[in-house]
Amino acid sequence: MNKASNESKYELRVQPIENGTVIDHITAGQALNVLKILKIPGTSEGIVSILINAPGAEERKDVVKIEGRELKSQEVDKIALIAPDATINIIRDFKVIRKKRVKIPNFLTGFVRCINPNCISNSNEPITSRFEVNNRCGKIMLRCKYCEKTIEKNIADHLL
Amino acid sequence: MKFTNMDIISMKDFSRDMIDHILDTAEKLEPVARGKERSDILQGLVLSLLFFEPSTRTRMSFESAMVRAGGSVLNMGSVEASSISKGETLADTIRVIDGYADAIVLRHPKEGSARMAAEYSSVPVINAGDGAGQHPTQTLLDLYTIRRESHLERIKIAIAGDLKYGRTAHSLCYALSLYGADITLVSPESLRMPEEIIEDLRSHNINVYQTSSMEEVISDIDVLYATRIQKERFPDPTEYQKVAASLKIVPQLLDEAKEGLKIMHPLPRINEIDPQIDETSHASYFRQSFYGVPVRMALLSLVMGREP
Repeated sequence: MNKASNESKYELRVQPIENGTVIDHITAGQALNVLKILKIPGTSEGIVSILINAPGAEERKDVVKIEGRELKSQEVDKIALIAPDATINIIRDFKVIRKKRVKIPNFLTGFVRCINPNCISNSNEPITSRFEVNNRCGKIMLRCKYCEKTIEKNIADHLL
Repeated sequence: MKFTNMDIISMKDFSRDMIDHILDTAEKLEPVARGKERSDILQGLVLSLLFFEPSTRTRMSFESAMVRAGGSVLNMGSVEASSISKGETLADTIRVIDGYADAIVLRHPKEGSARMAAEYSSVPVINAGDGAGQHPTQTLLDLYTIRRESHLERIKIAIAGDLKYGRTAHSLCYALSLYGADITLVSPESLRMPEEIIEDLRSHNINVYQTSSMEEVISDIDVLYATRIQKERFPDPTEYQKVAASLKIVPQLLDEAKEGLKIMHPLPRINEIDPQIDETSHASYFRQSFYGVPVRMALLSLVMGREP
């Protein structure tokens, strides 16, 4: 198969959207977790297209297209925890009007469950989980504000 | 340095300057803690003790510190006899007690409970142990003992026992890292300190060595800190006996020790230290237990705005 037919096949799969948000350069395999973080479906009624293991410039990537909804920076920044290289493209009338990279937040509230079953945040007390986010050379580590236990891998497994 | 209304939750909240200030204040108050001098620095103040788990030393030394400095103590009593047995949340309990006292001391089985309590309390909360989490007043009294009986700066210390689960050892290592220290961790392979804590210490330029032999380190150290080895950590009772025997501090072990070596233990001890050691100049553990009084008195006076 030549390059041209490869590209056209790719184009068929990834059609441009008129209005909405395209999240590009998601770490391969993380698209469904991105949707889980963004609580989609549930907060969006438009068409959502997902591309998993798409060929990228250097390595494979996932892409999510959400039609009819422009995501706000603070909601998409959370996806940086599992897809630190993701870019957010806001589309209006088929054109990219704004493009930015996700930024790892310093704190997370009510977003991740503490891995420590004996942590007070996992009890019937009226509190929400809180984590401090540490980024050591690209390695993300969450530290529970209450019990100080850390989550260093498989963050997506602990989403609330 | 502002301590008034500060919550005492975790050693990670303290800088070296803050620790030094607490230890200096404790030293000033030591004669009061011994009952040699009278003081009324905490007169008119009320301390609430909320112990959801059993405690002898911690609870009584807080009471002694408060009473000897002229303050009063309100004790919640047993959990069974309180509203907690009716299912009240800790958050609600704290909001209520907050109105009865000028500071709250809390021991609770859930990790992070003291941090949460501090969010609901308008008066300072002092963590007296939250499950397997933090116990900062124990660490501060350990530091005070080391400073008082030996020296804190660049101490050569061996910490022996259950280093995998023992919060005392983790917290002490972290605090010692602020003073530069040579730390030797003595434990059987199965109870080694978690690798991430060792890595963290090394990132603070602390020399950390690991061994399972007491004999190997005894001649080189200024302080030997023994911690309790819990029988329930061992599925096989003979394995427990073997480990307990290998780490037991006996008179012969001290033949090679420095004359000024001090032995510490957070108590209660089970079999870790032979009673024959008690009468030697090396035994610091009963004084260590007493030092809890001046250290807690210092903390109480600092957080309640009555610095001596």
